[in-house]
Amino acid sequence: MRSFVNQRAAELKPSGIRKFFDIVSEMKDAISLGVGEPDFITPWHIRNAAVKSIQRGYTQYTGNRGLPVLRELISRYLFERFAAEYPAEHIIVTVGASEAIDLVMRAVCDAGDEILVPDPGYVSYSPCVRLAGGVPVHVPCVQDNGFILTPQQLERCITPRTKALLLPYPNNPTGGIMTREQLEAIVPVIEKHDLLVISDEIYAELTYGGRHVSIAALPGMKERTVLINGFSKAFAMTGWRIGFVCAPPELDAALFKIHQYAIMCAPGASQYAAIEGLKDGFTDNFSVVESMREEYDKRRRFMTRFFNENGLPCFEPRGAFYVYPSTASLGVTGEEFANGLLRAEKVAVVPGDAFGDAGKFHVRCSYATSMANLDTATGRIADYVKKLRAGKAE
Amino acid sequence: MKKLETDILGILQEDCRYTPAKIAVMLDKSEAEVSAAIAALEARGVIVKYTAIVNDERLSDDIVQALIEVKVSPQKTSGFDAIAEEVYRFDEVKSCYLMSGGYDLAVFIEGKNLREVARFVSERLSTLDEVQSTATHFILKKYKIEGTITDTEDDNRIRISVHA
Repeated sequence: MRSFVNQRAAELKPSGIRKFFDIVSEMKDAISLGVGEPDFITPWHIRNAAVKSIQRGYTQYTGNRGLPVLRELISRYLFERFAAEYPAEHIIVTVGASEAIDLVMRAVCDAGDEILVPDPGYVSYSPCVRLAGGVPVHVPCVQDNGFILTPQQLERCITPRTKALLLPYPNNPTGGIMTREQLEAIVPVIEKHDLLVISDEIYAELTYGGRHVSIAALPGMKERTVLINGFSKAFAMTGWRIGFVCAPPELDAALFKIHQYAIMCAPGASQYAAIEGLKDGFTDNFSVVESMREEYDKRRRFMTRFFNENGLPCFEPRGAFYVYPSTASLGVTGEEFANGLLRAEKVAVVPGDAFGDAGKFHVRCSYATSMANLDTATGRIADYVKKLRAGKAE
Repeated sequence: MKKLETDILGILQEDCRYTPAKIAVMLDKSEAEVSAAIAALEARGVIVKYTAIVNDERLSDDIVQALIEVKVSPQKTSGFDAIAEEVYRFDEVKSCYLMSGGYDLAVFIEGKNLREVARFVSERLSTLDEVQSTATHFILKKYKIEGTITDTEDDNRIRISVHA
């Protein structure tokens, strides 16, 4: 029989650290700092809103774009929280931000179009570009400047085929953010080369020491920016699969066609849950989101300090819920460190190169877990580092 | 209250075993600042005691707990305070609050068995001159204690995830 798998799917690289994940899953007594979702459970009133919607019989398809009430609320939310102006008519409610990323790539990429993707970055960007026929071009980002994009780095990677820049800040895995000034600095490059910006702002609410700045809020940028966000991280709603995408009219129309044919609409109960999250948020200035953010912030300081004091230089993350320390000073790669740590001390961290070649000497540690867990885990990591230094570890 | 004090109380109420050094890191303050703030909270009687939240239903020893609504006649000079003291000085009384509404004192008591609680109410509490009436409600089940839900929700997350 011939192979039924098409070339693009066949050429997708399988996740390189599957084996490592399997070991972690088996090791029940290991503490995992590898989890990429909030340790909070969706607030009760949001859960309740979904239950009520089901009980009332709202179990049908919604409009393709999503419930009008939800889109109005999202429009208001983006404006009030991030000064980004998108009318409800140009918002599509998606099955998580993940669907939005896939949609945009499919709507944007012609064969051979190059999309700039910061490295390290979220693991799904490049595969989505490839599946859409595009070519991901990795822009290496470094710890020294907080893993941001600079005009020089961009210029070095831009070719006549470059069509769009993927802008994933606050960043998974580094925790880097881009300030208004840093964003303003890359705008001339974006305009000069007439690029589209695909801004994945899923961690926007988890920004520390200041508010997140959306590039869509900078003068003249909304017209060339697709904004992707969702409810997973800010409202602890990962399993609900509910996100949204906002785009300028022409691109919005293309996204809408693909979403309509491929997905129909996002799950109804999840949309009602999202409505509750936003409605409630507007009544008390998003105190639910704020209290989760403050809790992460305590852990963030704790983890950053820990790694820096224990000889794993760690830039202070300003967003998301990860720290991304360097293992270089120990003379081991992130992968070697993660494997050794898991075996010796039963603490799981993610090797940095899972997020791109630039992460070879890093590990990603999620602090989306209780302070008690972080306390125990850091104690064990400190022990392992001592053993490594003394040459007693494998 | 100052933000630092509120933040420290938030952390200690979550887990009072955190050291000033750790709290200082979490709040981006110096250890000395945190220690001083805690000392001040203790001195002012804001922090009364460091204790553990116990779900006694999980203990093998049976105990009986009850909420007693007590109506009292306040005294001219000392109001409710004197009679409240008469009540809360009993060792059996675990908590005692002055309430607005249908009764005056909410008294939480604990005994080894029903008889012990009954004896306390009939022989000690009701016999006080100022006590007009009592209504005893036995506690059947504790769903939430001091802001903590007793049946915690499990962590059902995938143990490691990068595709998210």
